[in-house]
Amino acid sequence: MSATTANDAAKRAAATRHTTSLHRQRQWALWGSYAALTVFVVMFLVPPFYTLMTSLKSSAEISAQTGSPWIVRHPTLENFWYLITYPNFQTFYLNSVMITLVTVAVSMVISVLAAFSLSRMGFWGSQTLSTSVFLTYLIPPSLLFIPLFQIVGALGLINNVWCLILLYPTLAVPFCTWIMIGYFSSIPKELDEAALIDGAGYLQVLWQIFIPVAMPGIIAATIFAFTVSWGQFLYPLAYLYTSNQMVLTVGIISDLIRGDVFQWGKIMAACMLASLPPIIIYAFLMDYYVAGLTAGATKG
Amino acid sequence: MAEVSVRKVVKEYDGGVQAVKGIDLEIADHEFVVLVGPSGCGKSTTLRMIAGLEEITGGEIWIGGDVVNDVPPRDRDIAMVFQNYALYPHMSVFDNMAFGLKLRKFPKDEIKRRVDDAARILDIAPLLDRKPRALSGGQRQRVAMGRAIVRNPKVFLFDEPLSNLDAKLRVQMRTEIKKVHQTIPTTTVYVTHDQIEAMTLADRVVVMNHGVIEQVGTPQELYHNPRTRFVAGFIGSPAMNFLPCRVTDGPSGGVGIRVTDNIVLPVPPARVDRYGKYKGKEMVLGLRPEHLFEYHEQGKPNWNRVDLPVDVVEPMGMETMVHFFVDGTPVCARVDPATHAEPGEMIALTADLNQMHLMDKDTGMVV
Repeated sequence: MSATTANDAAKRAAATRHTTSLHRQRQWALWGSYAALTVFVVMFLVPPFYTLMTSLKSSAEISAQTGSPWIVRHPTLENFWYLITYPNFQTFYLNSVMITLVTVAVSMVISVLAAFSLSRMGFWGSQTLSTSVFLTYLIPPSLLFIPLFQIVGALGLINNVWCLILLYPTLAVPFCTWIMIGYFSSIPKELDEAALIDGAGYLQVLWQIFIPVAMPGIIAATIFAFTVSWGQFLYPLAYLYTSNQMVLTVGIISDLIRGDVFQWGKIMAACMLASLPPIIIYAFLMDYYVAGLTAGATKG
Repeated sequence: MAEVSVRKVVKEYDGGVQAVKGIDLEIADHEFVVLVGPSGCGKSTTLRMIAGLEEITGGEIWIGGDVVNDVPPRDRDIAMVFQNYALYPHMSVFDNMAFGLKLRKFPKDEIKRRVDDAARILDIAPLLDRKPRALSGGQRQRVAMGRAIVRNPKVFLFDEPLSNLDAKLRVQMRTEIKKVHQTIPTTTVYVTHDQIEAMTLADRVVVMNHGVIEQVGTPQELYHNPRTRFVAGFIGSPAMNFLPCRVTDGPSGGVGIRVTDNIVLPVPPARVDRYGKYKGKEMVLGLRPEHLFEYHEQGKPNWNRVDLPVDVVEPMGMETMVHFFVDGTPVCARVDPATHAEPGEMIALTADLNQMHLMDKDTGMVV
């Protein structure tokens, strides 16, 4: 009897030790995660915070060497008002919006059609072609802009927003197609077979079945195409040079830095205004974006 | 409604692998035919070729008197139910069922009437507004069947439609499918690897193996008169017992089947002529578990008694399976649930030898 009790006690103690050990490990993992996340959050949020603070300061306050640069003593919207009423900035903004909308539309139409045919129509060489599509994405844009300059020049599109509309899809389409191939491949094959038997053609299968079912993937690809187009710096710097054709990324620095005079307040306010569309789009579609990328990566 | 004819159909994949090796099959109008066989036997490929989802390497497929080799699936006037339901997840049950009719530009009233009729037959009328994710497995399969029914096609094709359901629901849905075919007797081709499904549903069963048809017949024909060892082993659950044997003289004259030195079974008089010509030859004896019984003194007087040690006993309620070995070969007998058989103890068994099958050891053909 006493032997049994001793055994039970030993087992309970071992179980408690085991549980405590697991609990401690979990605690350490949690604290480690929080610490790492805190470092990343600080690293990523400090620059936008500094941008916001500076954009709310007057030129005099920025120039003053007193006080903490992280605090605004006399907040003002004069930098924002200046930019909103500044014709060049309006032109940059409109050019960026127009180029981005057209790029996203063109890229998505091409990507969705390409991904559907590559993932579903199973023609000869489709496998090789889908791998090649992704490989083209691996070539850095900085290696391409000189040969592309020749092409754009030959087409007479230097210093014309249409050159960016022509070039941006070459950056966005490969990755968008890759995302969509992954997403379309995760849709059961029986779904399109059922639709084909029900009487649909391939375009009807795409339009009525695949696009609604793959909407998270399409949104993920759309956000990527938007980001590529909205944030691109190198190509507009290389191919555009007049204010009426310029986009936000290059226009802000070329127009608001005059010689060695940096209008920091206006530059930072312009950055904030330029960041608005991506922030709004990301905030609304982030859930879809993450779901889309995950689905494509794990099920494709 | 239409007859389906599969003539010398071959399916060869890249690399020369033949999934279907020149099969011939005639399916009559209104008939319910089940293709059954193990994985990789070519049954699903055959169904998909009838549907037009797989190209045919050779031969011809006829539906309703027309060759459909080059006709796309949508123009074959067929409907298919898939194993994983293949319901459109973004559409309601109503829209799923109406999809094919909308594509064919049916009037709205007609679409509603057909969907309502099918929903009533399948008992899914209260679910018409739901999305597929809000349905159980059985309900989803009913919707998939409803989608097929509303089209009123020439041929229904079922590709292992019950495989994703649990055992209880599978039995229930099996009855539903049978009822639907009795109500709407459309020509049906049904693929399954479950021989019970095949036996219970089919007018005729097609047993396939390695891309060829082993035998076509009614469930009773396949059960009682299998043509090959494969069919004999595939049809029936638990599977038929196969024992190596030699045809010899009978224990009291005539012809006998020598299973071991101690077990020589007398061939019933009706089969003496058939088996007598194989005297001296190595053969395989086939006996179904349900044709092996516990020996009782008051039983049929001329049934031989054999005593064997029991290996495993599996009580199943309405019957009990007793497993034992005959000269190293595992054998199963389906005995009365009141049996006192215990592992390690001897059991007295006898067999209904009028139900035995004798197979050529080399060709596997039943003689």
